[in-house]
Amino acid sequence: MTVSSTPVAPASQPHPPGGRHGHDPAVRTFGLTKRFRSGQVAVDGIDLDVPAGSVYGFLGPNGSGKTTTIRMLLGLVGPTSGQHELLGHPMPAGAGTALARIGALVEGPAFHPYLSGRANLRRLDAADRHADPRTSAARIDEALERVGLLAAAQKRYRAYSLGMRQRLALAGVLLQPRDLLILDEPTNGLDPQGTREVRTLITELARDGATVMLSTHLLSEVEQICTHVGVMHVGRLVAQAPLTQLRADATARVRVESRQPSLAVETLRRFGLTEILVEGEIVTAVLGDVVADRDGGPEKLISALVEDGVPVRGFGVVTPDLEDVFVSLTGEGFDVSG
Amino acid sequence: MSAVEAATHPTAANLPALRRISTRFFRSELLLIFGRRRNWAGMAVLAAVPLIIAIAVKVTAPRPGGGGPDFLSSITSNGLFVALAALAVELPLFLPLAVSAIAGDAVAGEANLGTLRNLLAVPVHRTRLLAVKYAAIVVFAVAATALIAAVGALAGLVLFGGGPLTLLSGVQVPFGTGLVRLVLVCGYIAACLAALGAVGLFVSTLTEQPIGATIATLIFAITSHILDAIPQLDWLHPYLISHYWMAFGDLLRSPIATTSIWPGLGSAAAYTLIFLAAAWARFSSRDITS
Ligand SMILES: Nc1ncnc2c1ncn2[C@@H]1O[C@H](COP(=O)(O)OP(=O)(O)O)[C@@H](O)[C@H]1O
Ligand SMILES: [Mg+2]
Repeated sequence: MTVSSTPVAPASQPHPPGGRHGHDPAVRTFGLTKRFRSGQVAVDGIDLDVPAGSVYGFLGPNGSGKTTTIRMLLGLVGPTSGQHELLGHPMPAGAGTALARIGALVEGPAFHPYLSGRANLRRLDAADRHADPRTSAARIDEALERVGLLAAAQKRYRAYSLGMRQRLALAGVLLQPRDLLILDEPTNGLDPQGTREVRTLITELARDGATVMLSTHLLSEVEQICTHVGVMHVGRLVAQAPLTQLRADATARVRVESRQPSLAVETLRRFGLTEILVEGEIVTAVLGDVVADRDGGPEKLISALVEDGVPVRGFGVVTPDLEDVFVSLTGEGFDVSG
Repeated sequence: MSAVEAATHPTAANLPALRRISTRFFRSELLLIFGRRRNWAGMAVLAAVPLIIAIAVKVTAPRPGGGGPDFLSSITSNGLFVALAALAVELPLFLPLAVSAIAGDAVAGEANLGTLRNLLAVPVHRTRLLAVKYAAIVVFAVAATALIAAVGALAGLVLFGGGPLTLLSGVQVPFGTGLVRLVLVCGYIAACLAALGAVGLFVSTLTEQPIGATIATLIFAITSHILDAIPQLDWLHPYLISHYWMAFGDLLRSPIATTSIWPGLGSAAAYTLIFLAAAWARFSSRDITS
């Protein structure tokens, strides 16, 4: 199956340093582990490496440990073992310095229901000792404007739809300039239009210089806006790479369907194809670059097979998409809608 | 980084410097407490009691003294006694309930809403969060006490007049001195309630259910009252949180009787310190999974 995708934002070169630690990875963890008191190991010795300037998709199905990892990164939950650094600061010692430069959204929006959207942001801003009270009102309105909530700013949070709540949470992240955004499933509960807007917003923020770590269970989200991906599966980080590398690693295979597969195998071997597999009447092999386009491309194989007297019933070239790559990593599929 | 780059790349490098001293969060906390309709309703109940007392006494007066609580019988002689009577009536239940509601909500309420994780990620240091929460609880305890006293004094002065005040020890003092004594009473009661507030704050760090924390704190106070009323447990009485609460009457003697006031303040301080320490120990290492 194929997943339609808009062009991936180019893996931008490292942005101007946000400070002394601008060239350090934005997030680095060493064997980070969380075992809850229930005995459940939610996160199992993961080594994250989120490069500065990347949009890092932290991909995994529900319950794979994404939120628990983010809670550990932010110091909300103490790791059972392992260490981590944020923006080059070892945690938890550097929490005060590092967290001020980080905007975080953990597991869905949470605000005081009987306060207005604006009053909720005012409270967040008031709690921030790095926030300048003189610019507070302007910054709050700017953030509300940016997420399209200015018109509803006076409404009580209780009256907000889930989409509006999610946006208010994003506005809270935007009150200050940030070097790193850690966003836990920021498009959850949004309609397609809202989802598109939030993804555009994230891309803009990344372009402006912020590193973004985005947790999601949607492969399509990663394909659309991420430059890097880390894949979680039952508490383990099973893969971590730039997206382009994963794509390049996805190798094309030829697929020949024939009543006499052994004959087909001979022909394919003669052309130097490798990893030849036979399953019933179906033969597949890695195409590689042995049959280059200038030599006639894969089509050349068809005539060769026919000349060799192989009864060919079907022929095709299969390029696995990212989903296939991830299924091979985790043994299960991802939700590709949304 | 050049100014141009700084403009196009709004990175956190140009984050305003840390404000070592900022009262904004504390003021926001007060706004949250005093702006909440539920708390308005609670304070309206607190304020209604002195009004009810004043009107009831006015309607049924004159009445010979004796039998009733000390303050009630004195009301007709001086309106300030409405405030004292109301405080005496509300101290066993209404005031502890009000403080338990605020203190129980302090951390558990934010945990319940999920706003706790937002605050900690801002970041607000956990110790600072507790300090601000407790300071706001103390302000509420003072405000609730002062509200009852002020409404009582006003209603009393309107209905019964002021003038010199006959203290419980029989000595008459000028009205101004009487007013000072009332303020001392409020201070003493607020200190007792602040101790209960520390208990409530501790309980509030144990759970994500604000109502549960409120009820547990109130039960703590009421259990103290009950145990205090059992003579066989007199060895325990000095250690109970509410044992010295009613001693505020000693502030209305001349000279002030301090045999219970100082132990009362000492007990309040001890409860406050112990439970704040417990709250800190619990909260500073707790996993925030709400
Ligand atoms: N407070 C907790 N106590 C016990 N187990 C938990 C707790 N929070 C999460 N878990 C478990 O840890 C695992 C990972 O959860 P989570 O980090 O929320 O995953 P995700 O965000 O990827 O959906 C799940 O199996 C979940 O049930
Ligand atoms: Mg999650």
